Amino acid sequence: MSGAPVKKVAGITKESTQAMIDHAMEIYPDKAKKKRAPHLAPNEGEGACVKSNRKTIPGIMSARGCAYAGAKGVVWGPIRDMVHVSHGPVGCGWYSWGTRRNLVTGINGVTQFAMQFTSDFQEKDIVYGGDKKLKTLLNEAHELFPLAKGISVLSECPVGLIGDDINSVAKTASKELDLPVIPCNCEGFRGVSQSLGHHISNDTIRDHIIGTREFAEPESPYDIALIGDYNIGGDVWSVKPLLEEIGLNVKAVWTGDGELEKIAATHKVKLNLIHCYRSMNYMCRVMEEKYGIPWLEFNFFGPTKIRESLRKIAEYFDDNIKEKVEAAIAKYDPIMQAVIDEYRPRLEGKKVMLYVGGLRPRHTVNAYADLGMTVVGSGYEFAHGDDYERTSVEMPEATVIYDDASEHELEQFVDELRPDLVGSGIKEKYLFQKMGIPFRQMHSWDYSGPYHAYNGFPIFARDVDMAVNSPTWKLVKAPF
Amino acid sequence: MTAEAAVKYVTETPEEEVKRVSAWINTEEYKEKNFARQALVINPPHACQPLGAELAAHGFEGTLPFVHGSQGCASYYRSTFNRHFREPAPAVSDSMTEDGAVFGGQNNLHEALENAYTIYKPKMMAVFTSCMPEVIGDDLTAFIKNARNKGIVPQDYPLPYANTPSFNGSHVHGYDSMLLSILQTLTEGKKIEGRCTGKLNLIPGFDCNTGNYREYKRILKEFGIPYTLLADISDTFDSPLDGTYRPYPGGTKLEDAADSINGKATLTVAPFASAKTFAWIKDSYSGVHASLPTPFGVAKTDALLLKLSELFGKPVPESLKAERGNAVDAMTDAHQYIHGKKFALYGDPDYLLGYVSFLLEMGARPHHILCSKGTKKVEKEIQALLDASPDGKGCKIYMGKDLWHMRSLLMTDPVDAMIGDTHGKFAARDANIPLFRFGFPVFDRVNLHRAPLIGYQGAINMLTTICNKFIEVVDETCEDRKFEMMR
Repeated sequence: MSGAPVKKVAGITKESTQAMIDHAMEIYPDKAKKKRAPHLAPNEGEGACVKSNRKTIPGIMSARGCAYAGAKGVVWGPIRDMVHVSHGPVGCGWYSWGTRRNLVTGINGVTQFAMQFTSDFQEKDIVYGGDKKLKTLLNEAHELFPLAKGISVLSECPVGLIGDDINSVAKTASKELDLPVIPCNCEGFRGVSQSLGHHISNDTIRDHIIGTREFAEPESPYDIALIGDYNIGGDVWSVKPLLEEIGLNVKAVWTGDGELEKIAATHKVKLNLIHCYRSMNYMCRVMEEKYGIPWLEFNFFGPTKIRESLRKIAEYFDDNIKEKVEAAIAKYDPIMQAVIDEYRPRLEGKKVMLYVGGLRPRHTVNAYADLGMTVVGSGYEFAHGDDYERTSVEMPEATVIYDDASEHELEQFVDELRPDLVGSGIKEKYLFQKMGIPFRQMHSWDYSGPYHAYNGFPIFARDVDMAVNSPTWKLVKAPF
Repeated sequence: MTAEAAVKYVTETPEEEVKRVSAWINTEEYKEKNFARQALVINPPHACQPLGAELAAHGFEGTLPFVHGSQGCASYYRSTFNRHFREPAPAVSDSMTEDGAVFGGQNNLHEALENAYTIYKPKMMAVFTSCMPEVIGDDLTAFIKNARNKGIVPQDYPLPYANTPSFNGSHVHGYDSMLLSILQTLTEGKKIEGRCTGKLNLIPGFDCNTGNYREYKRILKEFGIPYTLLADISDTFDSPLDGTYRPYPGGTKLEDAADSINGKATLTVAPFASAKTFAWIKDSYSGVHASLPTPFGVAKTDALLLKLSELFGKPVPESLKAERGNAVDAMTDAHQYIHGKKFALYGDPDYLLGYVSFLLEMGARPHHILCSKGTKKVEKEIQALLDASPDGKGCKIYMGKDLWHMRSLLMTDPVDAMIGDTHGKFAARDANIPLFRFGFPVFDRVNLHRAPLIGYQGAINMLTTICNKFIEVVDETCEDRKFEMMR
């Protein structure tokens, strides 16, 4: 079934890609050109061919977010049973309110708190400091939401600039309320992208959460944690049943539809399975060093990678799991083949360009290949060198790799390569659609999903087909 | 105590406890505690100033919104507009980071101006601030003067800038500050004694309904009144899909905006979203100046038409008179489905005032009126509308409150429907009532921003949406024996 992605694309050579890059940069002032050049390169097949995790060049239309966005939107926000306070002015919490699609179980305002909590800083809070206000609001949150298992305090820019001490307020409140209150110094001006927000949040989990609980039920050799799945469009609800079907006990999910106390007890599992390496490798390493828990990266996009990943996972366990893995593969392969039979003829040979975050610019490459499609350009908003190392092996030879791409660069590349589909974010979506290029949002699954695991692939295939083959594209050019 | 005894286990919240709290949050007792909040703000419907500033910037030809501050801010504003309009929203930031906090943001600003000017070729860049430069006290005036002196942008290049601190006011105030700065910049030295463009300058305010802009323009066309909209986002955020991406597909022409200072008349239909701008215009612009409430419903649309007639000495056109009759006809035909129905409302001041007068015209009751960011003047004006109608009795205004307060109101003193934006959908679901998404933003329905809410046509649109929903609810929930052909 399906198979490996195409390794060579007709018409794409190292020279043609470099020429395209040079052309895109022609317009840049010299200084900007010099700074951008190392972030754009033809794929070399191994190693990181681009520089990454550097400051964004001012005035270049970057898609990047900030450390706060990484903390609130990615790591902390999805933990469903905590109150997450956006500490500072009203905006940051408002923009990140319900806009990531990390779905949650529970009753809103009772057992889950996917809401916008803010200290709504005013001028006087900037002048006199917000610590007192923070103390008061922590009490109010506890009183009004008694079933919340904890409170995170996520700092916005002003907090770090005015010298507030949220750590000490949180410490006192935690004692007084007998509740975890986690200070997270994730001001948006820190670092170069949302990536530092992930790291800072991992560190706060390390410092305040991990090891503070244990599972009440007896341990089993099949206890695992699912790390770096944020339940976008219900991804976790597709992955968890599959892991259970192969005999594993998913004791905690980080952090999609996550529960604080289970996250706190994760040091008791036997294996950490990590999907989004970029945002959570830090805690996997901590748990490995401190508690000796091994971790394994896996990829649940598309049947080829799911099959490969399931077998890799099985390697960590006994024959019981190995048998169940083979049984699952045997069960789902024909179902997946039927999906491929339906969509592949409509998608065969189509070209895709990706520009996303986290893991998707590499993890989805083979899922497109399962549908007969070839990714001809890929890049990340906030990746590091190790992400690009992992990407080069997935991508065809000499295709363009872009780090922190500017809107101008993407537009130029797309204009030149004319892909049949672009997978990127909301800020890019309408630009490419105006150009007449089919598009899917690959951060939010474009309000669809799940895309992970066997339940996700048929939805992914349907969505890709829907975007590429929508009859509306035939209407773009008027007959007059 | 042994180490073992100190182990804390993962606990499940008991089912009875969940049931108890679920019921408790709907009670009067909870409402009191909720309304006693001093510090915590939960689900506020308003955003911060720079978002509004960006909208104003998008309303001008060839203009690139420019965020002086952290890059994450720019991404947040852009994606908000992307989601609401389902359109591109190009904007840049100068990506200030830690070193900006130490050394100030001038280097970032200058480098960004150079890059954005060269790459995106805007006719104007509208600079506004997010938190960081506001907290550290960057001097924008000096920075921008230095940029010109260093030759980063030409001396005469329009570079309006506004301080839009997020810890003060809301998106509405940021809109006002940016619009003011743009107009001040473009009209500088353009006032010509004795010159009159013969045109009306119309200020629609922070309005994210592109249909409204088109409706204003249509009304003015019917009248035969030449106009300049300040600022016009309609083509920016409702641009054609024809295979070409245009970064600046619309906006008020810069020369028209510059010449607006010599206008025959300037009219704001968003007194609260353009308060500062209008105050300055009164002192600076030629011609007559007038301020009217946003024309929601018949009476306020009448007032607009009368004002236009008065300002330009033209009779109200027959076509608009006929439209008025059509609207009144539609309202009369539909009144039985909305009369006496109670509504909960929230939104920006200008829109809120519009909802209230429209509902009162229909015999409906604006029962809970919540304004999360507004002045005493807003409250007074809403109260005056309530006092002038028998249906306003018992209706209450909640200033400075949020949507978690609103939830308590809905659960303890129920209403039939809510009018607001997408953010109210959780409260509406808990209260099991429809939510009409007339406000901003709308993230979960398509194309609503294309249907005007202002004018006679807007009144027809609103009442059609509302009444048909009420009828639909009856169809969806009634017993089989009461399911009938006619409604």
